[in-house]
Amino acid sequence: MPSPPQSEPRTINVDYLARVEGEGSMKVVVRDGTIEEVEFGIFEPPRYFEAFLRGRRFFEAPDITARICGICPVAYQMSSAHAMEMAAGVTVDGMLRELRRLLYCGEWIESHVLHVFMLHAPDFLGYESAIHMAADHRELVEMALRMKKAGNRLVQVLGGREIHPINVKLGGFYSVPSRADLQSLVEELEWCRDAAIKSVGVVAGLPTPQIEMDFEFVSLRHPSEYPFNEGRIVSSKGLDIDISEWNDYFREEHVERSNALQGWLKSGGAYHVGPLARYANNYELLSPLARKAAEDAGIGPVVNNPFQSIVVRAVETVFAIEEALRIIDAYEAPKVASVPVIPKAGIGHGATEAPRGLLYHRYEIDSEGLIVEAQIVPPTAQNQPTIESDLRAVLEANLELSDDDLQWRLEQSIRNYDPCISCATHFLRLDIDRG
Amino acid sequence: MSDKPRLAVFKFASCDGCQLSLLDAEDHLLAVAEAVEIANFAEASRDITPGPYDVSLVEGSITTPHDAERIREVRRDSKFLVTIGACATAGGIQALRNWKDVRDFTSYVYANPQYIETLSTSTPVKNHVEVDFELRGCPISKEQLIEVVSALLHGRRPNIPSFSVCVECKRRGTPCVMVAQGIPCLGPITQAGCNGLCPAYERGCFGCFGPMESVNAASLTGKWMEMGVKSSDVVRALRTYNAYAEPFREASDAIAATE
Ligand code: SF4
Repeated sequence: MPSPPQSEPRTINVDYLARVEGEGSMKVVVRDGTIEEVEFGIFEPPRYFEAFLRGRRFFEAPDITARICGICPVAYQMSSAHAMEMAAGVTVDGMLRELRRLLYCGEWIESHVLHVFMLHAPDFLGYESAIHMAADHRELVEMALRMKKAGNRLVQVLGGREIHPINVKLGGFYSVPSRADLQSLVEELEWCRDAAIKSVGVVAGLPTPQIEMDFEFVSLRHPSEYPFNEGRIVSSKGLDIDISEWNDYFREEHVERSNALQGWLKSGGAYHVGPLARYANNYELLSPLARKAAEDAGIGPVVNNPFQSIVVRAVETVFAIEEALRIIDAYEAPKVASVPVIPKAGIGHGATEAPRGLLYHRYEIDSEGLIVEAQIVPPTAQNQPTIESDLRAVLEANLELSDDDLQWRLEQSIRNYDPCISCATHFLRLDIDRG
Repeated sequence: MSDKPRLAVFKFASCDGCQLSLLDAEDHLLAVAEAVEIANFAEASRDITPGPYDVSLVEGSITTPHDAERIREVRRDSKFLVTIGACATAGGIQALRNWKDVRDFTSYVYANPQYIETLSTSTPVKNHVEVDFELRGCPISKEQLIEVVSALLHGRRPNIPSFSVCVECKRRGTPCVMVAQGIPCLGPITQAGCNGLCPAYERGCFGCFGPMESVNAASLTGKWMEMGVKSSDVVRALRTYNAYAEPFREASDAIAATE
């Protein structure tokens, strides 16, 4: 039978996605109302971190891996430090552990505020950028900049500088702040806490596209804390594993359209990491004000609409500020800035919650402390398949939109994930299936 | 189109940290946006307009055939081209591939190396096109960034110091970590710009701002070895974010050759 004549396909092509970190593209093709192609492409050139980490000293990993991402360097420093400490059989606890949480609070605040207001909110309000948005909403943008600055200031005081902090060391820090150093941050953080609560209301009130997805949420879970540095890896569909079991349950796949390996559960499906996942898996561990802000904003304990990730990011910002204030309030400078970490041959795993989601590192080191193998799995690489399935669903639900509006909606949908493409590309490896 | 000077920001192989410095200049951002037209800054805005640009800030090193082409276009479109950071100015940490066989790197990292298009080296922008000003640092200093942009817009020479990190320690009143605590430090051969950051945190400088112009690294590395640092560790210390910058490269190659 001759096939019916095909009509011209409708193609939406974005060669260079804006308001994301790094170089990505998007392409969708629809023919006669049927979706033929959905692609979230990553063309950021690879930088081969895992390859050149081999032969480096184990204590160099926090500074070197920080250079994978200028937006979430603390996450790389934390995952690598924990992995190396595990390999060496060392645990960092007490005030040093609290200081690491505090540093992470600073990164969450600056990164979340950057994304919520500078990169994502303009999508909801129809502006090309936060700078365009500032023409009509100057106060809001100024409030966001002030909050972002406070998060950066926290990272700066504790880490030395906001981008690629210099103070993180295996076993703790090079030097620790005095109580007075941290107290000097309190007043501004208290202002920020109120501003953050207000911003939850603001973003919850934005015109939000409606869509419900059936996500498998993967994040850390800790018995008593909303997770930063520690916990088991759990999913909303029943996964519950030690971080050292990562390669038994997850796999990475290399496809042509992407210089970043895609993450899959070995049991089959795509999964979702990031604020929505942490929130769903740890809702009851949020601080009281953060939970109240979520309740007031009318979002339940599980959010399945990816366009509401902006609200959850704002809720997590409230949490990070409250947590920072709690840690500062109880802080007494520890007697030593770090505990000794002596290398021994072995394997270490580190899994921590970067602002964009679970960041897994695995290293093998030899008895001299030289790195033999390195594996780094960043959140955006893991989210790639989910980003594509969201694109498909959003496309299906919005085919009636004009090309311009549809493109806008699809870009917004990618930005729901705050993708960090610089991260995603720099960490890939050959041994996809270590099974 | 307004008659304000047009600013563009371009990314090559990098971590985005240097361009983020612009968004991290919270106190200046809105003022900058009023003084210039942000004509092309994909990380911040969808509103991307074609050149020519008055000032282009270029982050990242050149690692692919496509990027080697693209940097020429950027040059053609730009009145002033400023490289921002160690990647663009010296090749960045990814220049460690320059000492290795990149095919091994690709197949270590990727299952299907044939999908990856890459050059065998990571090189600074100046190896490809003429550069009007270079900002050092991994990451750059945002104060220096604001200084360079405003100097260029006002037609004056940017005021960026070229002395060593040691001078910053003295100004800051930090006791020398090498003398006082025996901590190996790259400060004597590293260009200022961080305000003597690491020594103030009781750690040796690790060279984020790269080598000072025409510095003799050998006397410092000799001192390190007298302090008991293994030669392989001296090589590692010189081969980080500015590994491929001339004085660091020569010094590390010279030591590696004796190993
Ligand atoms: S120089 Fe350093 S901070 Fe700047 S882009 Fe390169 S890796 Fe990032």
